Amino acid sequence: MQIVAENLSHVYSPKSKFAVAALKNVSLTIEEGEFFGIIGHTGSGKSTFIQHLNGLIRADKGSKKLTVGEFDLLDKECDFKKLRSKVGMVFQYPEYQLFADTVAADVAFGLKNFENPNEAETAARVKEALETVGLDYEEVKDKSPFDLSGGQKRRAAIAGVIVTKPEILVLDEPVAGLDPKGKTEFFRLLHALHGGFVKTIVIVSHDMDNVAEHCTRAAVFDKGEIYRVAPPKELFRDAAALTAMGLDVPVTGYLAAQLKAAGVFVDTDFTVADFAEKTLEKWRERQ
Amino acid sequence: MKDVSFGQYYPVSSFVHRMDPRVKILLSIAYIVAVFLIREFHFFGFLAAFLFILIAAFAARVPFLKVVKSIKGIIFFIVFSSVLQILFNHEGTVLAAWWVIEITDVGLLRAAFITLRITLIVMGTALLTLTTTPVEIADGLESLLTPLKWVKFPVHEFALIMSIALRFIPTLMDETERIINAQKARGADFESGNVFKRIRALVPILIPLLLSSFRRADELGDAMDARCYSGAKGRTKYKKMRPTWRDLVGTLFMAALIAGVVLLNGVLGVAV
Repeated sequence: MQIVAENLSHVYSPKSKFAVAALKNVSLTIEEGEFFGIIGHTGSGKSTFIQHLNGLIRADKGSKKLTVGEFDLLDKECDFKKLRSKVGMVFQYPEYQLFADTVAADVAFGLKNFENPNEAETAARVKEALETVGLDYEEVKDKSPFDLSGGQKRRAAIAGVIVTKPEILVLDEPVAGLDPKGKTEFFRLLHALHGGFVKTIVIVSHDMDNVAEHCTRAAVFDKGEIYRVAPPKELFRDAAALTAMGLDVPVTGYLAAQLKAAGVFVDTDFTVADFAEKTLEKWRERQ
Repeated sequence: MKDVSFGQYYPVSSFVHRMDPRVKILLSIAYIVAVFLIREFHFFGFLAAFLFILIAAFAARVPFLKVVKSIKGIIFFIVFSSVLQILFNHEGTVLAAWWVIEITDVGLLRAAFITLRITLIVMGTALLTLTTTPVEIADGLESLLTPLKWVKFPVHEFALIMSIALRFIPTLMDETERIINAQKARGADFESGNVFKRIRALVPILIPLLLSSFRRADELGDAMDARCYSGAKGRTKYKKMRPTWRDLVGTLFMAALIAGVVLLNGVLGVAV
């Protein structure tokens, strides 16, 4: 499913003294199959944007177009419930949404709301979801979700989102608060999902290293507008503009900038592996 | 959820905003007393109170519409009590009658009187909350309740509980919104079904909210401990409250209202 937004606008508390234009004329197309990054300062409108994608926030009247696959989100008749089963959304600290008595019941919550299959089918789907996120079904299914460890809780919460097999997975800062090992494992999980029923991944992140490492393209939000949409390779070459916006560049970006200042241009896509390889090449050339 | 602002503080700087919160609380009480002093059917007293509100709202630089809107929350209560008055008051001349219901002139007047009384009281107290932050009100109350320390009432703790509760309302609102969104994204439906179904639909929100409140309470306790909080003893204030000329002017203005009400009580009543 392709995501298309044209002149998308959203104002919080319109007509009041506290009106805030969170999105101003945002136009963006995300193709099926992308691992799309959304970066921007706090309050740049990125969270508002992603919440439009499953109808949690409705676009203002002046917006021209907002479609996700065949769903027209500007249409009042749009079946938002069906849309939400196709667009999975993982919020910040998803473990705080756990509520049920057992992990299995919590994971089944979304499935029951959307499809309500029979018990055997439900159990099978829950098992599949839990195993996808790397939890042992037999071990955790009857446990209280609150007895799991932090990392396990997050996995269980994500199992609760992917249990409906969404085609688009939207994640807001999904690795916040995880340790380095947890982060690596989490991205491995995302890539594994990306090859399966999840066709498109949209990820909001402050961590530019993650964006450089994983995203096919990224959009930079600034004050409710899109500053630029480009693959990381092009985006991070322009380190000065990003830093001026209060954003970071990946570590490889800093290193490449320093090398460039010393007269060595490394044509890298800013992933660590590629940067190391290309720098080594340059070094060998000099030898 | 974003539109439900708790409290209604209107953030501008004005004469009334800069008054001492303690004086404002006391004046609000005085104002309520003044409105209750208006003798039955002496409607000009309400005119005086209305003028008072008008001028106070002007001095507070709060749009008058905001003050009027504050009655929105109790409009049901107002309608309910006036309808009761109209339908079941048997004093006075009967204007219309049906079965046990008699509509009398006194009933109508009384309904008007009660409506005006409640409306003006709510508008007056709204001015307090529009011009005073919840924290200022809590501080003001703590100071005003100090005499209760003699009877071993834990005034400081009471005020602390109040300010913490007030402080965390916006935080919990944000949290609630986030959890609602997360569960909505998983297909939760809060708008359809019968009452029981809707109540049950709240469980996936209330449990995470409760848990996060406990977590926050734990964290806050630790943070206070870490900064050596040890209760009221020997505690000083960062913001000292001090009455100024503004409070004197406000008090005189209130005295004028009370005097006006008492004077109008003597004359200009609607005779029944």
